[in-house]
Amino acid sequence: MSASTLPLSSLRIALVGNPNCGKTALFNLLTGGRQKVANYAGVTVERKEGRFTAPSGRVLHVLDLPGTYSFDANSPDEQITRDVCQGTHPGEPAPDLIVCVADATNLRLHLRFVLEVKRLGRPVLLALNMMDTARRRGIAIDVAELQRRLGVPVVETVAVKRGGAQALIARVDGEVPMAAPLQPDDAASRADLHAQVRELLTASVRMPRATALLDDAIDRWALHPVFGLAILAVLMFLIFQAVFSWAAPLMDGIEAGMTALGAWLTQALPAGSALHSLLNDGIFAGLGAVLVFLPQILILFLFILILEESGYLPRAAFLLDRMMFKAGLTGRAFIPLLSSFACAVPGIMATRSITDPRDRLTTILVAPLMTCSARLPVYTLLIAAFIPRRHVVFGLFNLQGIVLFTLYLLGIVSALVVASVIKRLRRDKSEHALLMELPAYRMPQLRDVALGLWQRTVIFLRRVGGIILSLTVLLWFLSSFPGAPAGATEPAIDFSLAGRLGHAMHYLFAPIGFNWQICIALVPGLAAREVAVSALGTVYAMSGSDPALVSQLGTVIARQWSLATALSLLAWYVFAPQCMSTLAVIRRETNSWRYVAISAGYMFALAYAAALLTYQLARMLA
Amino acid sequence: MRLSNLPKGAPAVVDCVDDAHPSDPIAQRLRDLGFVDGEPVRVVATGPMGGDPLLIQIGSTRFALRRSEAARVAVRPEAA
Repeated sequence: MSASTLPLSSLRIALVGNPNCGKTALFNLLTGGRQKVANYAGVTVERKEGRFTAPSGRVLHVLDLPGTYSFDANSPDEQITRDVCQGTHPGEPAPDLIVCVADATNLRLHLRFVLEVKRLGRPVLLALNMMDTARRRGIAIDVAELQRRLGVPVVETVAVKRGGAQALIARVDGEVPMAAPLQPDDAASRADLHAQVRELLTASVRMPRATALLDDAIDRWALHPVFGLAILAVLMFLIFQAVFSWAAPLMDGIEAGMTALGAWLTQALPAGSALHSLLNDGIFAGLGAVLVFLPQILILFLFILILEESGYLPRAAFLLDRMMFKAGLTGRAFIPLLSSFACAVPGIMATRSITDPRDRLTTILVAPLMTCSARLPVYTLLIAAFIPRRHVVFGLFNLQGIVLFTLYLLGIVSALVVASVIKRLRRDKSEHALLMELPAYRMPQLRDVALGLWQRTVIFLRRVGGIILSLTVLLWFLSSFPGAPAGATEPAIDFSLAGRLGHAMHYLFAPIGFNWQICIALVPGLAAREVAVSALGTVYAMSGSDPALVSQLGTVIARQWSLATALSLLAWYVFAPQCMSTLAVIRRETNSWRYVAISAGYMFALAYAAALLTYQLARMLA
Repeated sequence: MRLSNLPKGAPAVVDCVDDAHPSDPIAQRLRDLGFVDGEPVRVVATGPMGGDPLLIQIGSTRFALRRSEAARVAVRPEAA
């Protein structure tokens, strides 16, 4: 390759390429970053920046950009990539070097975009990624010939292996390759790109088979009209069973540990003192109640991460697409909705990969109906307390797992219903595209799964130590002051600010069976849904003298609530008015307060209606 | 013949992609994805409900297309 300039002291490089070719994995490998990777298109929807120092001492600023099939951008995430590459992105100078990443097992598709990038007239380098898989499948690539014909430097990379980017680092540390001449972009020259790709492939690539033999075999079953759906159903079912059966011993351990720690820490304090109460009733009763759910959240995410890495998720989208279509959702909505099972905030951000603005808005409005992981503590607290641990259907299924599965299903069904209603209201007859690539299957990487679980743990503990701790302490104060007047016989909390608020709200919530303790817990639950659990822990610890209370909230509510109240609260939380961070992200992504109001309003109405129906039905049947 | 009418597993080659309406972004994207004249194409699987969507193999890539998208692609069936 001919060189254009001498080495610079710092260099800005941008990673671009088709979706799911491993740009983010390469970015993480280069910069030591920990951005999310998975085996489907559209994981990265924002530009991410990182840096590393090459062996020569040159500092390289690396930009990771959303994947795109073409510069003819269709969606907001693709526009970012186009604008950065063309140097028209506000506040972002054009990169000194564009590193095109291409999947070596799928060059027919990926080389076309490489040619499109080359025509921008900027220095370009091609990284052939997934070279290990290509070799395993017997795909022979004559790299020297490809480089000669393409006219840009070509290096081989394996982004999922340590040291897999050595060749790329060595190349970007050298001289910046010369830019190809700028070429006009029009329909005729676009069609020409495919012809060029064919020539390149004939000259430099030998593929024994178009797809991997194993993938075809798996897909014959996984996409089979009958077996495919059965496999999906069994898989989902197993996950929810595991959440309950595997987590139990771990949860008991955490519970015992918290109780012991609380007792040990507060033993030196005088029993009636405010500090004793704050530590025991506030922090340990509140935080302990939430902390025990960490194992369940991690087990759920273990499965989600493995499914994400394997490439199965787009297959699930394929199987279920007809339902999405009927509801007027675009096929592209599947991934954002799936992300919302972790949290609606990344889910709503992931809607940036949706082309049509109205489709995107519908997806944003229904995404919070997916059961986010913050609801899991509320669900499992109530299920464990009220649903007997019984095996049903020939002892195969655990009843608790079935109820949890039903609650998740209810969220999905209501999202489909709400989407159909939106479609009707708009009299929407427009077309909703799917156009989704099914990736090759991949063995989940132990490192990625472990990292994903670790990040979930950190996020959860940060919430517990941050917002949940602060709200719990605040709630303790509100439940303690003002204190009871002398001679009062009721618990002191009845006279406190929180107690009065709870009693006032009770008028509104009595028809759906909520007692005043639940009413208090609903308020901080708006900030973060798990806080409802920690708040109940605190409120019950403050209002009773029950010694079992501190760590065993489940036992207490099982004794004090009716089944109808518990079911009503479960129904409430399927819809549960939005948490603040979700409303904030809706405001940011739609740039409109109107949709924030619509979103919060309809979910509050649905939650109230569902809880009312559940409570009244349960009372009639009981 | 339209790609949406192609029987499952039958070999064919792409003829062209027709715009469903002027400056149709879906048609343009299909062309960008390699649905161009002479490219071998095959229906690999169909969705379990109402035979929609279709799983299309083109080159070494598999795309899920809804029937309305596949209907934009004109194909020539080939003898197996």
